[in-house]
Amino acid sequence: MKARKVTDGLVKVFVWLCAGITAALLIWILVYIMSRGLPHVTWEYLTSKFGGDDHGIYPMIVSTLCLVGLTLLFAAPVGVFAAVYLVEYAKPGKLVNVIRFATECLSGIPSILFGLFGFIFFVQICNFKFSLLSGALTLALMVLPTIIRTTEEVLKTVPVSYKEGSLALGANKLYTLFRITLPSALPGVLTALILSIGRIVGETAAVFLTAGMVYRVPKSIFSSGRTLAVHLYAIANEGFSFDECFATAAVLVVLVLLINFAADLAGKLLIRRLGGGQPN
Amino acid sequence: MEEKLERKATRRRRTPAEFIMENLFLLCALASIAAVAVITVYLFVSGTPAIFKIGAKEFLLGTVWKPTEGQFGILPMIICSVVSTVLAVGAGGVIGVMTAVFMAELAPPWLTRLLRPCVRLLAGIPSVVYGYFGLTLIVPLIAKLSGFAGNSLLAVIVLLAMMILPTIISISEDALRAVPRAYKEGSLALGASHSQTIFKVLLPAARSGILSALVLGVGRAIGETMAVILVAGNTPQIPTSLFDSVRTLTINIAFEMSYAEGLHREALFATGVVLFLFIMALNILLNVLTRRREKKNA
Repeated sequence: MKARKVTDGLVKVFVWLCAGITAALLIWILVYIMSRGLPHVTWEYLTSKFGGDDHGIYPMIVSTLCLVGLTLLFAAPVGVFAAVYLVEYAKPGKLVNVIRFATECLSGIPSILFGLFGFIFFVQICNFKFSLLSGALTLALMVLPTIIRTTEEVLKTVPVSYKEGSLALGANKLYTLFRITLPSALPGVLTALILSIGRIVGETAAVFLTAGMVYRVPKSIFSSGRTLAVHLYAIANEGFSFDECFATAAVLVVLVLLINFAADLAGKLLIRRLGGGQPN
Repeated sequence: MEEKLERKATRRRRTPAEFIMENLFLLCALASIAAVAVITVYLFVSGTPAIFKIGAKEFLLGTVWKPTEGQFGILPMIICSVVSTVLAVGAGGVIGVMTAVFMAELAPPWLTRLLRPCVRLLAGIPSVVYGYFGLTLIVPLIAKLSGFAGNSLLAVIVLLAMMILPTIISISEDALRAVPRAYKEGSLALGASHSQTIFKVLLPAARSGILSALVLGVGRAIGETMAVILVAGNTPQIPTSLFDSVRTLTINIAFEMSYAEGLHREALFATGVVLFLFIMALNILLNVLTRRREKKNA
């Protein structure tokens, strides 16, 4: 009996230890990057150009924003509509299984292969060259599974009574979808898009093979642009000063923190909106 | 007669919009299939010619990668990818599953609520930031402790183990929470201790979910590029110790793509094909696991 208690205690210590390691790793990374990077993130750093005497990241911020916007422009409608089809229209069967499997496969493909494909297909065959357009099309394929799956989950949680009420009042299915179902699921759809933004901002391998590494402010969607993540890789590789690298890394981490916070906020909004509408 | 016509007209007026939109939704849903098909076709079309030109045996089993001398053997990269992935999933798997056990069973609810966003944050940190963290902290640390250059297989494994933690934790936690309460209550009622219940009842019952988590972890680890490229050292050689400078399949593609021409570039596409085959095998394994679990639950 005593031996059992000892093993029990040891096992619990081991489990606590593992959880501790996980938490410690996160804190270690955050504190390390932020403490070394944040002091160097000045207004001038954020707003000046790069190259020559300038060491700012303004062009990279612009490129990142353009890439995020353009990618969502392609991926958001397709992803949301695909989820609508899967939840509201599709009947269970072979087609749905194949779509599910394809979506799963897509989410399992590593970003370097998306980059390679984008390089072969969009950059070379479609002849879009290294451009924001090539990058955005590649990334749109990459974030599609995230948008589809998250939106699907949300659409499933919209109470049936909402739809039944609308249909009973004589509205057709399409009207119900656009006036009732999608608006009530809106915060959830927003979460899906915010999660995708997180992936786009943090992506490197798929971006530098398709959007290139030119560190000027992009003039149009056909010009190359360097995002923040690609910038960090480039300057780390070229052996620039540590301060500069840490500052870019800190900006990236702050962005990720903000994106996570926004996703949480949207999630809470969804619960408030749908929580009050339970049948009875 | 007039009424009948009118009814027909209203029905027609409503139907085209619905018809068009329904087909538009279907088209969007088919986009995933189209994407996977196009990616597969173009990767294979661009990658396989090089395999035939170099010779499948020389390409897959060749141990020397010297593009300038026309030697394209990727065996060192394959071995390095497999070894680093297996060891990283071994280490990350134990820590990750135990953290999931902690969150699902041992931790007070407030601590779980605190840990969950942490795990999500760990998943959200860009891989290039992990890479830079590894380059400036883990690599010097290894160099100091071992006396070798720090860019090494060990640095790759440590970094990969960290990066797959969130995937393993969140999926294992879900699997553990999905185990019916009656299992736990039955075990405790029979006099088993809490730890015995966790390790002899709950973990075995959540086995297939945890296995899925590990398979996903393998997929993430073998496909990771930007984090490992900064710490691996990038020498294409078969590693003989943990402190050797190494190069994975992913690094091979990302590192040389910018300047490769001709057959060299095609060989990089072919490297992509090999990686793609690994990933597809994992996807199919995952699909089988999920189906089996669904069948069991039904």
